[in-house]
Amino acid sequence: MPSATKTRDSSAEDANMEDITPPSAQPVVDSQEGGDPMEEDGEDNELGEEEEEEEPQRVRILPGSTSTAASFEFLKEGHTLGNALRYIIMKNPDVEFCAYAIPHPSEDKMNLRIQTYDTTTATAALEKGLQDLEDLCDVVSEEFWTQRENFMAAKH
Amino acid sequence: MAPSSGRRAPSAAELEERNTVGIRKEIVTNTVSDDYPDNYANEEHAWDKEDFRRTFKVQFHQNDQFEAQFSLIGVDASIANAFRRIMIADIPSLAIETVFVNNNTSVIQDEVLAHRLGLIPFTGGKKGLRDFMGFWRKPGPEEDAYATTFDTNTVSLKLAAKCTRNKDAPRDSRDPKVLYDNAHIYARDIVFEPLGGQAKWFSGEDTIRPVNPDILIVKMRPGQEIDIEMHMHKGYGWDHAKYSPVATASYRLMPKITILQPILGADAEKFANCFVPGVIGLERVTRQEAKTKGSGYEGHEGELKAVVKDAMRDTVSREVLRHPEFEGKVKLGRRKDHFIFSIESAGQWDSDELFMESVKTLKKKCGILRPQVTNMVQTF
Repeated sequence: MPSATKTRDSSAEDANMEDITPPSAQPVVDSQEGGDPMEEDGEDNELGEEEEEEEPQRVRILPGSTSTAASFEFLKEGHTLGNALRYIIMKNPDVEFCAYAIPHPSEDKMNLRIQTYDTTTATAALEKGLQDLEDLCDVVSEEFWTQRENFMAAKH
Repeated sequence: MAPSSGRRAPSAAELEERNTVGIRKEIVTNTVSDDYPDNYANEEHAWDKEDFRRTFKVQFHQNDQFEAQFSLIGVDASIANAFRRIMIADIPSLAIETVFVNNNTSVIQDEVLAHRLGLIPFTGGKKGLRDFMGFWRKPGPEEDAYATTFDTNTVSLKLAAKCTRNKDAPRDSRDPKVLYDNAHIYARDIVFEPLGGQAKWFSGEDTIRPVNPDILIVKMRPGQEIDIEMHMHKGYGWDHAKYSPVATASYRLMPKITILQPILGADAEKFANCFVPGVIGLERVTRQEAKTKGSGYEGHEGELKAVVKDAMRDTVSREVLRHPEFEGKVKLGRRKDHFIFSIESAGQWDSDELFMESVKTLKKKCGILRPQVTNMVQTF
């Protein structure tokens, strides 16, 4: 690496800059809390060759939940997954209520509330939601690619 | 399941109405998704993959390397929005992250220069960028500053130039580009220095280079010089906009213009002028139409009438609603499930590839979380 910069005491300055985040009301599960955003995503290891390392657990069920009425906390997820998941879970006829929230914009957390009828459980509804969303993605990418091919073929 | 109420299946007109966001002079109506179970009696609306496969449509309007326009028809806003957000913030790309300023006597301050450099979009061999290059990790407090820097996660660039007087410049010249050498430094002056295995992936036309070579970085005058080394890393748009692989990724809902009563003659021309050119066409009233009783065209054969030609081009400015003569004659709206996407790539990905990647990313997000939900500790 550049020799001119090698000797510089690199990160000492930055290390002290870390803000002290106010304590969360919820116990912290993830040890990476408050860490550098670049240290993100264990799967993206530097060699890029090895298959995915083990993913840190990013979902937990919040206290006060019952089997048919539960709140889930997702770490490092936001409106992107929150709203899509809420939509697909609301389409489940066994679900009475589903909503998501981002309790605080500077905490990288997303909460999802699911209340179901007696025919299923909240956890099962969440699993089905994730599965349905995956199925949806398959259909979207298939249709998108066929139409792309058609369009490009028609152009030439 | 919805309780049976003896209600019949909704008519085509009702479905059309449900699927339209009404746009009136000052208010919008029917903006909320209602395709959920129990929302309408005797209607299912549960998620069904095969139903979705039948109703979901994609239409391409344009597909150039760095610019694409297409419609997703039959999805909810929450899904379309997820794809849009993923394209902006969750697809990785390579950008300048660290700038080592060995010398900078130009008038641009080091930090401003560094920021400018960071925002320059670069490109290079796709395979190398996707497969060979991985993510850089910040070294721990005990580690050497470069302990985590490898050829597989860092691209090194150099930019060194000194502005000098051009001895051969004509005496009467006033153009700094003629009077001086290196008066303007452009993105094309940045030199890529392959490290380790990078030569194999990024050589020839695959070399790491600015997407647009003509981006002006700094202007100098004789005696000023810059000598800079840069490190590029992979990152995500959620960390910094410079890592976003798209210049823009947006969607709008398909506009819908319904002419309720005939608009004829001079009015028709005025009507057309209320819209973007090409949206409204003028046609002559045919003999057939003029003959039809109750059509409103009786006795107007050969006159010009306004017809909707291409609603997609409309901007829904609502200009037409300001004129009293068109009151009750036109209805504006937008199709709730018709999203016209417009994607402009910053250069590292092809625009259609970006959308495919966003779908893949959403699927991956779900795929990672699903087993975690299954294995979650149930503490309640």
